[in-house]
Amino acid sequence: MSKVSLTRAVRFKRIQVSRHLRDKMNSAWMLFTMVIVVVMPLILLIGLYLKSAMLLNQHSIFHLLFSKEWKPLSGEFGFFPFIVSSVWVTVVALLISAPVCLLTSIHLTQYAKKWVLSIMHPVIDMLAGIPSVIFGVWGILVIVPAIGNYVAPFFGKTVSGYSILAGAIVLSIMIIPFILNILIEIFKTIPVELSEASLSLGASKWQTIKFVLVKKAFPGIVSAFGLGMSRAFGETIAVLMVVGNVTQIPTGVFQPGYPLPALIANNYGEMLSVPLYDSALMLAALILFVVVLVFNFASRLLIVRYERHF
Amino acid sequence: MDRLKKIEEGFFRVLMFCSTVLIAITLFLIIFSILYKGLPSISWEMISQVPKGGFYFGKEGGILNAIVGSLYLSFGSTFLAAIFGLPLALFMNVHLIRHKKLVNGIRYVLDLLWGVPSIVYGAFGFAIMVYLGIRASLLAGIITVTLFIIPIMVRSIDEVLKPVPRGLLEASLSLGSTRSETSYRVFFKQTLPGIITAVMLSFGRAIGDAASILFTAGYTDYIPTSLHQQTATLPLSIFFQLSSPIPEVQQRAYASALVLIFIILVISILSRLLTRKYQRNQINF
Repeated sequence: MSKVSLTRAVRFKRIQVSRHLRDKMNSAWMLFTMVIVVVMPLILLIGLYLKSAMLLNQHSIFHLLFSKEWKPLSGEFGFFPFIVSSVWVTVVALLISAPVCLLTSIHLTQYAKKWVLSIMHPVIDMLAGIPSVIFGVWGILVIVPAIGNYVAPFFGKTVSGYSILAGAIVLSIMIIPFILNILIEIFKTIPVELSEASLSLGASKWQTIKFVLVKKAFPGIVSAFGLGMSRAFGETIAVLMVVGNVTQIPTGVFQPGYPLPALIANNYGEMLSVPLYDSALMLAALILFVVVLVFNFASRLLIVRYERHF
Repeated sequence: MDRLKKIEEGFFRVLMFCSTVLIAITLFLIIFSILYKGLPSISWEMISQVPKGGFYFGKEGGILNAIVGSLYLSFGSTFLAAIFGLPLALFMNVHLIRHKKLVNGIRYVLDLLWGVPSIVYGAFGFAIMVYLGIRASLLAGIITVTLFIIPIMVRSIDEVLKPVPRGLLEASLSLGSTRSETSYRVFFKQTLPGIITAVMLSFGRAIGDAASILFTAGYTDYIPTSLHQQTATLPLSIFFQLSSPIPEVQQRAYASALVLIFIILVISILSRLLTRKYQRNQINF
């Protein structure tokens, strides 16, 4: 009898030890994953910098950013045309999607009935889930011919349709679900009491939205647009497919452009055969990374501050 | 004055309604135009064969290499990302429950990483590849895509774990379970439906992304048999076929796009079904 209980005690002890050992191992692995993820941005930054250092040693960063000459074969790497194209595409895309997102988010959070929401939620989710290459295909099928055949002639221009505008339209649709989701969250966090107070003072529903909700949510709205912009800035394949990819400084929306991500994606094939070319493309990735990081950093900070407000 | 206000409100209400409808219409327009172009050119041959000689001049063959390659790549990277992502998300919500500031800091970093464009991950993956001396391969592609989807997966799982009541944690710990047992046996089970959705979301991202694998996974006409071989992927096969000047090949790009949309749809439906199935194991509060 005593022998049985002894082995039981031993077994229990063993199980305890193995349980705690397993707990330690699991926790150690968890800690490890945390460390990896936290230092990840730093690793990305250092990795890209080391690869682009070769080019940075030869030319000053200022020269590289503002030079218009892009002749890899003779060692001239000026990023200015690509940066300008990127800015064009991003800004036009935001100009298109910002009003649509703002209006829709107000509609969905303030006016819409239950059934509208039950349709729009899956719609937004699906739009967010569509791969970017599909947007590109759709852009080539619909947007590019539409611009070439109808929009540009309307403004008295004859173009192929592969243009900044085509890229911006495709981009604007891609960032709509992204911005919309943030805006909906932001409008939801505003306490109901605030609009109730406004309504009880005799303001109409629209006045309440205009003077209370939007005003209160303003920092959140700005940061949502900032996040949308940084998303648009880095989008590659869809834009690459419709934007034309001509190395020039675009001066209008109907001209073709050549944004930074497209530059990286298009030239990976030959980058190892031309000296410094790979370094230049890595620098392009680094510029992209830093710009997106700064935009994200600022926008997120604004959102965190804003949420703490309530 | 009052009438003017009414008109203003009415005007904006119409505008808001229109923009909502516009978004819905755009989605259907996208799906419709891909269906319209892709359906006529899709065939059993397309999805059951690898490219044969002269495929890129409009001759026989299919895109089985891209379909299988994409599935390999996404399964591999989702699996790897889960090995890193699930423990981290649990760690943030169980072990670090009393360190709110630290957890919020990690969330911030994850959100930053989520915002990094996939082409940057692609370039970084390429830099690592050159540094280690590996050639473009399935393995390099998997690693790059894993880096890309880890933040997505962790943040999605984190959002699922956040609302779990603290009482569950306290009850589990007070019964004598260790913290990792609480994580995997209690929290994991409790939130399994949400975790499945999060993993499926990451899978969808992995299979749809083209920019990160452009440098790292390569492209080949064969189905890879080892991790060190190059692999074709659906987004890239669509991209390459569409840039061909031959109409037959372009037709195939539309059909390939249809296949990709179909896979994405299947994933989202599957995640909904699985969510419902595992909801039964949940404790309701």
